[in-house]
Amino acid sequence: MSTRKIELFVGMFLLAGIAAFLVLVFKVANIEVQSADSRYQLTARFDNVGGLKVRSPVKVGGVVVGRVMDIHLDPDRQEPVVTISIDRKYSFPETSSLAILTSGLLGEQFLGLTPGFVDDDIAMLDDGDRIDDTRSALVLEDLIGQFLYSVSNKDE
Amino acid sequence: MTSQPLPLVEIRNLEFKHGSRVIYDDISLTIPRGKVTAIMGPSGIGKTTLLKLIGGQLTPSKGQVLFDGVDVHGASRSQLFELRKRMSMLFQSGALFTDINVFDNVAFALREHSELPENIIRKIVLMKLEAVGLRGAAQLMPNELSGGMQRRAALARAIALEPEMVMYDEPFAGQDPISMGVLVKLIRDLSDSLSLTSVVVSHDVDEVLGIADYVYVIADRKVIAKGSPAELRQANTPQLKQFIGGEPDGPVPFHYPAPDYKEELLNGSR
Amino acid sequence: MAVADGVQLLGRRTLKAISGLGRAGLMLWGAIVRQPNFKKGLPLLLKQIYVVGVQSMVIILVSGLFIGMVLALQGYNVLVEFGTEESLGPMVALALMRELGPVVTALLFAGRAGSALTAELGLMKSSEQLSSLEMMAIDPLKQVVAPRFWAGVISMPLLALMFTAVGIYGGHLVGVEWKGIDSGAFWSILQASVEWRQDIVNCIIKSGVFAFVVTWIALYRGYHVVPNPEGISKATTQTVVQASLAVLALDFLLTAMMFAR
Repeated sequence: MSTRKIELFVGMFLLAGIAAFLVLVFKVANIEVQSADSRYQLTARFDNVGGLKVRSPVKVGGVVVGRVMDIHLDPDRQEPVVTISIDRKYSFPETSSLAILTSGLLGEQFLGLTPGFVDDDIAMLDDGDRIDDTRSALVLEDLIGQFLYSVSNKDE
Repeated sequence: MTSQPLPLVEIRNLEFKHGSRVIYDDISLTIPRGKVTAIMGPSGIGKTTLLKLIGGQLTPSKGQVLFDGVDVHGASRSQLFELRKRMSMLFQSGALFTDINVFDNVAFALREHSELPENIIRKIVLMKLEAVGLRGAAQLMPNELSGGMQRRAALARAIALEPEMVMYDEPFAGQDPISMGVLVKLIRDLSDSLSLTSVVVSHDVDEVLGIADYVYVIADRKVIAKGSPAELRQANTPQLKQFIGGEPDGPVPFHYPAPDYKEELLNGSR
Repeated sequence: MAVADGVQLLGRRTLKAISGLGRAGLMLWGAIVRQPNFKKGLPLLLKQIYVVGVQSMVIILVSGLFIGMVLALQGYNVLVEFGTEESLGPMVALALMRELGPVVTALLFAGRAGSALTAELGLMKSSEQLSSLEMMAIDPLKQVVAPRFWAGVISMPLLALMFTAVGIYGGHLVGVEWKGIDSGAFWSILQASVEWRQDIVNCIIKSGVFAFVVTWIALYRGYHVVPNPEGISKATTQTVVQASLAVLALDFLLTAMMFAR
């Protein structure tokens, strides 16, 4: 085995390793190579965030436009506050609403953004703004509880 | 004594223990420059250990080993490595590096320790291989050589850096008569032509007495005899006589220590 | 009396374990910390990456493909009952990236390269090649141990990444090509649930830790082998057993540190 051949193989080995890394990063994790100023952040208050997680997608009509960056509890109002970051490509009027939705019956939860109407005196949302119109997560246990309650009420 | 030059290696009151087993108990010996000194003794007394002590690979529990006046075991790592460049060792198995060919084996230490250009290294290597008669085998791998040739290739490697001293560990063990003869001649020739100091550790009495200038016989943790080969042949202590004459029983008993034979047989019902 | 014996045995074992750890630490110190020589080391390192990494590649790639395919097949059978077979992508990808990629690579590496390292070093020791290096005033820790150590530490994370990537394609093969999951759904759900810092970087960190430990154990076992055939075969077995156990135990610790909430 000549030195040249060994070096060639080792070079190929390293390239294969780097290629695997790049595949994982770009194809699988799909990280967006974007600087911070290509996105803007919004906040929204919810009564209940259910199973929403950091990094859950924000979708408009099924298209991912951003991600959840942070979820914390506002200590004064005892309400969950969700911070999302939206791609600069997209802008939405301040009349837009956010809802926590579930993909399928048991699937992951995500934020559905419904763009509001646009009018002359309606501004577009920008960094630091808050979306007021929110709908909380449907908690399956609560739903079932309500359903059973209403069914038993009817029976009487 | 005063007229003689300083011996190359001087071992003073050396004691070495392997675990709790005492291998050497207070031995002293000197190895003169430019001579072939043989160290003989029965198997299992740790002759290889003695060479490793001289080379600084093992540390004695007491005593000193001086190489050219420098205490081998008191030296720092880098001093020890400098000392080792001046000595070399031919291992019993040859210890050639099995993944490179004979040429690269001989060139190994040269490439590591000298800044010589490759074409000069090539000449030196070919000269050393010529000296042991293996120039034609330069491109072979070690496992393509016979045992005797491996040892000769290892000898070429051992003298590649032109050391002042070569230590031979059982150079004749397991060799056929022809390669034995070749090795005996090589050791003598190298010693004479390069004025090498040679230390031969062996239990092959005839070969050793044939080439050595001075002989130490070690047995039972001590030096039991020393002198020129002629003096040793005249010796008459029973231990030495048994060793030189190769008698099966004597002070070194044929039997491993055991309880009384008759008694043990009779107690067989146990 | 029996209790005293037991306590004594425990003490002796403990002392032996500690002294072994000390010797292993000294070996590593001598090999990689004391006076590194990059110029001479590089060609040796390349050769060892070839032996340790390139020659392990085939078994890693083939295993990765099959494990990805099997995961997808089993996962599909369960997920399809809930109608959530689109979640197959994240299931396969996360299982591979978080656990199976680093762990299975490390186990295969211990069996393929670790045992070979131990046997090679053991043979070099028993044929006195290591002693002979020392007598040539060449430090065997630098010449023999260090390049093998670095080769292991560099190769294994790369192998784990390849294993994971191939495994995900194996999952894709079964899920999309065979079971007919929509390719777009497979990738988009996968991408939505994999986060590169949490999953890919942790995969590399895990794999690096395993590489360090497996290579270290293999080299220690080889370097301090009892130099005879029985000793070498015993050391080789010990390498595989100890390295595998160490990998599994460490995996639990690392998982607890990385993914605990």
